[in-house]
Amino acid sequence: MGPGETEITLTINGKATKVKVETRTTLLDACRERLEITGAKRVCDRGTCGACTMIVNGKTVYGCTTLAVDNVGKKIETIENLTAGAKPHPIVPAFSNNDALQCGYCTPGMVMASKGLLDRTPNPTYDQVKAGLGGNLCRCGTYVGIRKAVLEAAKELRASGGRKSGGSNA
Amino acid sequence: MPNYSYPPMEQRRVMGKRITRLDGMEKAAGKAKYNSDVRPKGTIHAVGVFSPHAHARVKSVDTSAAQQAPGFAAVSVVAAPGAEVNWAGQEIAFVAAQTEEQARDCARLIKVEYEALPHLVREENLAKAGSRGKPAGEQVTGDPEAAFSAAGAVTHEAEYGIPVITHCCLEPHGQIVAWDGAANKIEYWPSTQAISAVGGDLAKQLELPATQVHSHQDHIGGGFGSKFQSDLWGAHAAKLSKMAGGKPVKLYLERREELTIAGVRPSVFGKVKLSASASGEMTGWDSTTWMTGGFAGGGLNADLLPYVFRNVANRRINHTAVSTNNGASRAWRAPNHPQVCYITCAAMEDLAAKLKMDPMEFFLKNLDKTPRADTYKAQILKAAEMIAWKQNWKPRGSSTGTVKRGLGLALGTWGGAGHASRCRTTINPDGSVLIEIGSQDLGTGTRTIITQVVAETLGLPMGGITLKLGDNNYPASGASGGSTTVGGVSASSRKASVDALDKLFAAVAPALGVPADQLEAVDSKIQVKGNAAKSMTWKAACAKLGVSAIIAENANDPRNPGGLTTGGVGGCQMADVSVDTETGIVKINKVVAVQDVGLVINPKTSDSQVYGGVIMGICAALMEERVMDEMTGRFLNADMEFYKLAGAGDIGEIEVHMDITPDHDKRGVIGIGEPATVPTIACIANAVANAIGVRVPVLPLTPKNVLNALHNTTRRLA
Repeated sequence: MGPGETEITLTINGKATKVKVETRTTLLDACRERLEITGAKRVCDRGTCGACTMIVNGKTVYGCTTLAVDNVGKKIETIENLTAGAKPHPIVPAFSNNDALQCGYCTPGMVMASKGLLDRTPNPTYDQVKAGLGGNLCRCGTYVGIRKAVLEAAKELRASGGRKSGGSNA
Repeated sequence: MPNYSYPPMEQRRVMGKRITRLDGMEKAAGKAKYNSDVRPKGTIHAVGVFSPHAHARVKSVDTSAAQQAPGFAAVSVVAAPGAEVNWAGQEIAFVAAQTEEQARDCARLIKVEYEALPHLVREENLAKAGSRGKPAGEQVTGDPEAAFSAAGAVTHEAEYGIPVITHCCLEPHGQIVAWDGAANKIEYWPSTQAISAVGGDLAKQLELPATQVHSHQDHIGGGFGSKFQSDLWGAHAAKLSKMAGGKPVKLYLERREELTIAGVRPSVFGKVKLSASASGEMTGWDSTTWMTGGFAGGGLNADLLPYVFRNVANRRINHTAVSTNNGASRAWRAPNHPQVCYITCAAMEDLAAKLKMDPMEFFLKNLDKTPRADTYKAQILKAAEMIAWKQNWKPRGSSTGTVKRGLGLALGTWGGAGHASRCRTTINPDGSVLIEIGSQDLGTGTRTIITQVVAETLGLPMGGITLKLGDNNYPASGASGGSTTVGGVSASSRKASVDALDKLFAAVAPALGVPADQLEAVDSKIQVKGNAAKSMTWKAACAKLGVSAIIAENANDPRNPGGLTTGGVGGCQMADVSVDTETGIVKINKVVAVQDVGLVINPKTSDSQVYGGVIMGICAALMEERVMDEMTGRFLNADMEFYKLAGAGDIGEIEVHMDITPDHDKRGVIGIGEPATVPTIACIANAVANAIGVRVPVLPLTPKNVLNALHNTTRRLA
């Protein structure tokens, strides 16, 4: 049995957000079941598939493998942030253009892993793209489009000189 | 009778174009709402208690402590004392509480006592199955023995196998469901491949009229054949909701149960003997196969053997279904086909090697035993060109060095004709168009292709069409299985829209001064055929309707599709692999897929179906395997860590060639999801045999299995 719920404040996509969680509640479940931030998905239940990928303090993490209470005071970015600004982050249209999705359930995690990769490696090689997405699994088999999408988004980001897009710099 | 035929290929403006899927941005932005994202007000959570034993009798179920736990809402027992459970993971009880964490606590407090009984969970050794094996009876055509013993005959005899694999849908099976007891109405948010039918299935379980269930779903996170029913967990979630005063109950399987009880693909193991004349004419086939579909799951259609080359003159088929203490199998993308394709194409590749023939030549030589020799011939030659077969293929085992390279091929087939589907087209006086259809978009692009068909039909841009699907209030459309959706929904939406347009023509004909049958709809205008000067805009035409909308409903009749859809396709795939003979690691260099699909509405999304089919085949060829533990009777790797799927770096390069030709186009629309995945496993396995010089008989092509084959330490099946 848990000790019950406590209210904490999480900084999600630049916004201080109050949420009641148990100590055992994961960051993913806090977002999905308590805040209705449902872009990140729960799939494997144990940090292997990447469908719940978020970016915390600039680092890609699996939302299912970190507790909500451990993320107080950290900058949490979820996929919702990529379309919060006037223009979406280029990775979003790149996924759509390249048909890099089918059922779409792995897609938010793939997109966030790609965004994380591009943050770290703005000019990735094809091999770096393949390796950089190694922590994310897709069942429909959309990798061909995904690999193209990441390269296209990288090109777009370079062309725009790393122009800011998406929402707040969470 | 209106003319429902599609315009000729070269005149189409929207159909046949590489159009980006309509929900691409929504999905890429994480905004697409799946039912597992839906959270109606007051939602409570349920989790299950599952049997740890593969075979047992339930002695007692005590829920009293759970009922005292914080947040407890309701409990529903599935397996009462005395019930026999027949697989590990079978449902014992479901319990609901205010939060998921509390529901988990409640589940942990449910005490179940079992009397363990003997189990059988593995089937690869048929001798151990005993009375659990049910032979289907022998089938014989011609005289196989005579073929094998004929003068000059070259025979090959070997064992092959593919283990059980799982669907591993990323969105687990489950639902949110609210049962308002007073009104006796159910709101149902399932994860389903059958939105028009699944509510009725739930109602049947609950002994309610189907009219009492409203089902809605915008998106589904994968099904692959496993999500047609409402399932036991659907019924119990509904019961929990009713007990909890009608609060919506959210109940999704966790990954362990998802892989264990929500559907798997049957295995197949077998011994094959086949023969050919010295010049490579295949003369005889004899196979004894067996498989398991779980305790009471589906079988495998061994009558498909030898696959594609079914018209071999002399043939003997024996097949046994083994009941094991495992969850039931379900339809898995192209039921039967990938397994029998592997058994057949692997045995043929092995015989070709024995004949010292190029397997491509051996396949070509025997195409007269297939139902579509010309199609396959053209496809084999095209695929060979794409993979540079002539330049790169070397006789089996002649690749030198530690890392050996090889090429392999396989052929596939599938039906894919359109299912029964109804569609309603509404043309409003303001010019807006509404399409309602009780179908679902599995991520195959169904939304997009329906909108293309309607835009083509009405001469409007796709943005002028509003499409609604995913609700059982819309005209009923078939379940999305067997690659039947695209044919069904394209035909029904075409027919309903032609009917609606004919009514609009009738309404505006007097104003344009010609009979209605002299009108056409082009570029958002209604005009006299061949005379664009005599026209009115779409909006002006619709304004003539006054206050009454045009509503037309029509259907695809699978028995009389009127040339809009048909079934029966062939495909050829070839693989180029490298195998490290020290580590046993197989690397995919390239897979090429040549596929015939009839009329292609959207080449962009149909290419994606083929990429996806090939990638699923790569996963199954190289890594997927349900590992059952004989001692405990449990599924050891029911997770996504040790149950392996390919990642972005594991698939090599994939090239797709669709046979889009006027001849194929004339056949109408044919589904593509299933055929694309059929030959992949076999062509990769054949490429590995070609590379390393020996057959890895039982898949997957893991380092262990490859090294065992290289060192001749593969365990015999029986």
